[in-house]
Amino acid sequence: MAVDGGPGGAADGITGGAAGGRTGDGAVGGPEGAASAVRGDAARGGPSDGAFIELDRVEKVFDVRRRTGFLKRERRRVRAVDDLSFTVARGETVGYIGPNGAGKSTTIKMLTGILTPSGGRLRVAGIEPSRERTRLAQRIGVVFGQRTTLWWDLPLVDSYRLMHRMYRIPDARYRANLDRLVEHLDLGPLLDTPVRQLSLGQRMRGDIAAALLHDPEVLYLDEPTIGLDVISKARVRDFLRELRDERGTTVLLTTHDLQDIEQLCSRVMVIDHGRLMYDGPLAGLHEAGESERILVVDLDRELPPVDAPAPARVVKVEGPRQWLAFPSSVSAAPLVARIAAEYPLVDLSVREPDIEAVIARMYAGQGNRAASRPPTSIA
Amino acid sequence: MGAGRLYPAVAVGGFRRYATYRAATAAGVFTNTVFGLILVYTYLALWDEKPHLGGYDQAQAVTYVWLGQALYSTLALQGGGVEKELMARIRTGEIAVDLYRPADLQLWWLASDMGRAVFQILGRGVVPFVFGALVFDMAVPDDPFAWAAFAVALLPAMVVSFGIRYLAALSVFWLMDGTGVSQAVMVLGIFCSGMVLPLNAFPGVLGDIVRALPWAAQLQMPADVLLGRTAPVAAYAFQAAWAVALLAAGRLVQAAATRRVVVQGG
Repeated sequence: MAVDGGPGGAADGITGGAAGGRTGDGAVGGPEGAASAVRGDAARGGPSDGAFIELDRVEKVFDVRRRTGFLKRERRRVRAVDDLSFTVARGETVGYIGPNGAGKSTTIKMLTGILTPSGGRLRVAGIEPSRERTRLAQRIGVVFGQRTTLWWDLPLVDSYRLMHRMYRIPDARYRANLDRLVEHLDLGPLLDTPVRQLSLGQRMRGDIAAALLHDPEVLYLDEPTIGLDVISKARVRDFLRELRDERGTTVLLTTHDLQDIEQLCSRVMVIDHGRLMYDGPLAGLHEAGESERILVVDLDRELPPVDAPAPARVVKVEGPRQWLAFPSSVSAAPLVARIAAEYPLVDLSVREPDIEAVIARMYAGQGNRAASRPPTSIA
Repeated sequence: MGAGRLYPAVAVGGFRRYATYRAATAAGVFTNTVFGLILVYTYLALWDEKPHLGGYDQAQAVTYVWLGQALYSTLALQGGGVEKELMARIRTGEIAVDLYRPADLQLWWLASDMGRAVFQILGRGVVPFVFGALVFDMAVPDDPFAWAAFAVALLPAMVVSFGIRYLAALSVFWLMDGTGVSQAVMVLGIFCSGMVLPLNAFPGVLGDIVRALPWAAQLQMPADVLLGRTAPVAAYAFQAAWAVALLAAGRLVQAAATRRVVVQGG
């Protein structure tokens, strides 16, 4: 699998595939028959009109001054984003992942125009974000899992009325969009509830609706499922899947939850230390990271490590609880069946690998590369 | 014009947000009334010793006290308007959310603060003032034009108040924490806006200085307009000059500050 610093060969094929699979209506002009071919080409990257988001060798350097003693200051250059190039086609849903401090937020801030790149070329919908931030804002939606755009003290619907004015949404379109979002996100009973009284899951759905009222062409989602319970997560994901399939909205999704990516994104980009480490399908990332899932079994008493069939193996024993690691690509069912048949099994759970673990393994697999990275990294 | 409807909507939101906290409003009314009583008796004692201090007679001094209590929260004379929230948003990095919006940061917060200020005239201002008028001998004009002139003077007073607090809030982009700034705003506000003593009563050079500072545009000017101690036009000109200067300064600082946004919540 091509794990490459740049958006090389692997990315191209995937991008084309994703655009082909899109069912949105003709966002790209032209006769219906020719359209899919056009999209396929356009999505192949490069500075063509079809690339909705386009980064070409973008970098962002911060000067950080640090106090090193009495009246002594040291200036240090920090490269938050370093030589980053990728394109996202219209209608694509891309996972954008990486450890904390990797440069994800910096990228999104540049894409929305509140930060100016130190170098390179960046276009969203043909617009240079930092120069025309307000014009671009009409065309983008932003959702932060940990920050709300809603008015804390007032009923949910008041925040929507404000969006109506802020984005100058024509009345009829506002009504139609609000009705649709309220229905799909099940917000009806919540509209008159003050935001501070909403649960986290409800607030998240409220925030997503707020970001979509003005029909943005691209949606930046920053950890939309963080802190949500399983049911709320499923709801948010269902809605985003619908958004992707039916409205053809371009989505850039930042998350630490691999399942978000698995369920929503055909393509994933991994960034670390401001550089693109991987760009391709999620399956490829698992392969590259040789990731493992963990099966946790509770037996009814303390026993020696269970005799698990390879490649599964016991990695930890603590009283009656045992941890077994097995490859992500293998089904857990035979392993569970075997243990249930041969041991006094009381309870079990399967833990999915988190993105940090996958990325850590990715590095381990290519130690030389990691070691040879220049030391100009984030503190 | 969408912007023509956005900022009024923000102001209405600001009004309604403060209107939701009824217990806090009631507590505020009580506090302002009690403080008014304490100040009135202090002033009466002082004016007994020094009649016509600052050019006020006793009834005017008492009126000044109740005006101060009535406008205390409207003009956020000790701070405590939207700047607290803005400081918190800057500190936590939530300010980034505001910057993504197709709206002007300063106008947004100004509109929000105007909504708050108007609510607090009604919610916290009227009751203490009426209480004072019923219980004490006050120099309240019968002339509706004096009241109208007073009402007009309140608008630039609110803008000046916002201008000061907005600058204070933006300083958090550099300081990372607003506690110290808030305290400075509070101390300066109490002293320089004339909450302790009317600025007219400040002696000599000190008096000349405090009467030229922007804080004088907040309580002293509207009070003097209502009490007929100054020509409204002169008061408006002074207030407007400071309002424009502070908003312009806010704009400059905002431009510099938003370039730093990055640093928090990177």
